[in-house]
Amino acid sequence: MGIEGVGARVARKEDKRFITGGGRYVDDMVVPGMKHAVFVRSPHAHAQIKKIDVKKAQAMPGVVGVLTGKELKADGIGNLICGWMIHSKDGTPMKMGAWSPLAVDKVRYVGDAVVIVVADTKGQARDAAEAVEITYKELKAVVEATKAIQPGAPQVHAEAENNLIFDWELGDGKATDAAIKSAAHVTRMKIVNNRLVPNAMEPRAALGHYDKAEDHYTCWTTSQNPHVARLVMSAFYNVAPENKLRVIAPDVGGGFGSKIYIYPEEIVCLWASKKTGVPVKWVADRTESFLADAHGRDHVSTVEMAFDKDNRITGLKVDTIANIGAYMSLFSSCVPTYLYATLLSGQYNIPAIHANVRAVYTNTAPVDAYRGAGRPEATYVLERMMETAARELGVSPAELRRRNFITSFPHQTPVIMAYDAGDYNASLDAAMKAADYAGFTRRKADAAKRGKLRGIGMSCYIEACGLAPSSAVGSLGAGVGLWESAEVRVNAVGTIEVLTGSHSHGQGHETTFAQLVTQRFGVPIDSVSIVHGDTDKVQMGMGTYGSRSGAVGMSAIVKALDKVEAKAKKIAAHLLEADEGDIVIENGEVKVAGTDKSLPWFQVALASYTAHNLPAGMEPGLKETAFYDPSNFTFPAGCYICEVEIDPETGLTEIIQFVAADDFGNIINPMIVEGQVHGGIAQGVGQALLEGAHYDASGQLLTASYMDYTMPRAGDLPSFKVSTSNTPCPGNPLGVKGCGEAGAIGSPPAVINAITDALGVVDIPMPASPATVWATIRATKH
Amino acid sequence: MSDVSLTVNGKRVSGSAEDRTLLVHFLREHLGLTGTHVGCDTSQCGACVVHVDGRAVKSCTMLAVQASGSTIVTIEGLADGAELHPVQAAFKEHHGLQCGFCTPGMIMTATDMIARHPEGLDEATVRAELEGNICRCTGYHNIVKAILAASETMAKGAKGKAKQAA
Repeated sequence: MGIEGVGARVARKEDKRFITGGGRYVDDMVVPGMKHAVFVRSPHAHAQIKKIDVKKAQAMPGVVGVLTGKELKADGIGNLICGWMIHSKDGTPMKMGAWSPLAVDKVRYVGDAVVIVVADTKGQARDAAEAVEITYKELKAVVEATKAIQPGAPQVHAEAENNLIFDWELGDGKATDAAIKSAAHVTRMKIVNNRLVPNAMEPRAALGHYDKAEDHYTCWTTSQNPHVARLVMSAFYNVAPENKLRVIAPDVGGGFGSKIYIYPEEIVCLWASKKTGVPVKWVADRTESFLADAHGRDHVSTVEMAFDKDNRITGLKVDTIANIGAYMSLFSSCVPTYLYATLLSGQYNIPAIHANVRAVYTNTAPVDAYRGAGRPEATYVLERMMETAARELGVSPAELRRRNFITSFPHQTPVIMAYDAGDYNASLDAAMKAADYAGFTRRKADAAKRGKLRGIGMSCYIEACGLAPSSAVGSLGAGVGLWESAEVRVNAVGTIEVLTGSHSHGQGHETTFAQLVTQRFGVPIDSVSIVHGDTDKVQMGMGTYGSRSGAVGMSAIVKALDKVEAKAKKIAAHLLEADEGDIVIENGEVKVAGTDKSLPWFQVALASYTAHNLPAGMEPGLKETAFYDPSNFTFPAGCYICEVEIDPETGLTEIIQFVAADDFGNIINPMIVEGQVHGGIAQGVGQALLEGAHYDASGQLLTASYMDYTMPRAGDLPSFKVSTSNTPCPGNPLGVKGCGEAGAIGSPPAVINAITDALGVVDIPMPASPATVWATIRATKH
Repeated sequence: MSDVSLTVNGKRVSGSAEDRTLLVHFLREHLGLTGTHVGCDTSQCGACVVHVDGRAVKSCTMLAVQASGSTIVTIEGLADGAELHPVQAAFKEHHGLQCGFCTPGMIMTATDMIARHPEGLDEATVRAELEGNICRCTGYHNIVKAILAASETMAKGAKGKAKQAA
């Protein structure tokens, strides 16, 4: 592999700027003449806008503009879209209400943007925002999806009767019902997946700059997919045609899904820049992030799992109600459907599955993909069911899982997915060994002597990365293709630039992607640069989410490298008067195999650009482009084991150990992969123990700051024991699967299985905070 | 408006700022030192930690005028020219950062933590001392590893220097 090639733990090339204060985030950008924006947001969860009076605000010091939704609409700016069409089981299309970037007649959640104020300083904009007078007529609000679908509940959008956006199903209902009817045992549970706020540490930001002379817009934005942002803002929001709009996502401080979507603020900043004639910058404060970033999860499911007399699963029936919030965010419709129900077979042979999903409007922030997006919800359903079933059936959780594992591949599930490769016993074995599972009974007894409650829980997850192929997702309702593009540009001196449509916001692409080039040509990693995040530089791209940058983004780079390699070999063969088939490229040299004839890499590059002596008919230059559209998803899987110790006096749960054994296929940089797993586990443990977004009945968000929403801190977590046992993915040239979301997908059920094991209860709601655990212990005692 | 005079990263600087200007905004907007970040509004996240007169301070908890007369070190001033501070080097070597947004605050907190614990650090102490710094990417695993490693490197360095002096 070489010290900088594929498989090496190469320290990150991008780190230097981050550790010396040289990172460049949107809030760091300064454009001459730039002014600052503050949004006036709805304080009500549901209200009619009766009157907006901006006169006082306009007269405040430093104010450049105070703009409303009416003016925005008059300029033809479009409503926000949802990019995935779902049809209900009766064949009707999803019932979507309008989402105007600035609310015009009605506000539907606390934080809904109503007015933008632009001023010389942020302080002045804030002062003027206070002076905007909006008269509301308050309406009754509904925040829980289960209540919103009841007759007579407040109606969020006129288009969706009883707030029901769609009533969708997947799988064979009749076969599943028959399996449940004839089962030797049926496990039944109501399973709640709590609402979360993604909380990337960099708050969202946008800087819109309209250049009057060129009639051209530039938008710096905290985006995971700048090209998608440009496409959507151009094609649907009528901000500007694509050739007149440049979108730059520079260093972005974490995303976790929340920065996929094109939000109202970037659209409004661009429009306001033209309107006011000055560049307009907006940076969210943290409370704004809590109120107006897309939230995650929020499912309530009723589940039945049927077993035969040999403890083999015969059927799984899932009825889920998904809270979509007040508006349909960009990918909100595919998260509780095609990213969720398609994973309900898990690692198991299940002959019959039926999932019914109702998506529901409420007066809360829009809900969309958050790290894992649908797969954590599916995994939580399945792995809580397996744990409960094992306890009911009196068999060990590991044994029940083993008995039902899929062991031969390819495997077609009853819910669309065709698994290509895996070895679920291997990761279960690895996890149990690393956790010293056999020694748990002794450790539990030791803890009991100290008055503590020990529990152990496992979770065997599967997920699907690199949503694909484009034709298949198109047939399921996706509005976009899910390929990736790459360009490999060899400069005349032999240094190499790789332009990628993937976007790195912490994933370390500048290093991992460069390792592919180093591996291929043997050039030093410092002579390779990865360029991303700018629509003027990179031809096209679909961005980074769904752990797709490895399986899809890197595969596109491999395809472009193939083309560069082929051309370089042709040139070298010509120069060295050898057969093209005998040329090999290694250690920065282009050689004729079995001879001492060779050329340094840079000479081949130079020859391509001087073009003095190229094979007849060959175009000059050494630069190639590729698009890669995968043939299938990839299927990372693994086993997580969590061991907890609970203090019954305080309800405090301590994680004694957390073991992750993953199968990610081939790995390019193990150090970076481990880092992804660590971060994912922390978010999953956060969901299980600490985090929860809570609205009161009137729709006020009670957890809108770090003083109210419990983020995992260093003291809440242990060091993790992570390992991999990999089966290469047969579907892409690198054999990679994806590792970005696994930790967040696999860990919540492992933690809750451990806590319920320790307490001897069937269920406990997430987050299992000390107060909840303490109350559960008290309730069990009496 | 108030006059603010500071020594920042070894240089004397002065300017005038609105009375309500926080130190973090003065550093970022008046001095262009954008390595210090703002991640929350409630002094919880620690992305804005700098050293004020040798102590780690959340620069969003202090007005610029309050800091007037102080000596301040930000992330931009930590390295010795081209040579990284041992804490910076350890964060890179141990993959103690991903998106980089919390990193300046983490590194400034860590250098202060190491200085306050000449006896050395253990994992439990590091985790407890990181209470005021939130990271969403790393799960803290490699941050803790990096701080422990830097603490050891610096202890060895200090011993080496003491030997040289003797």
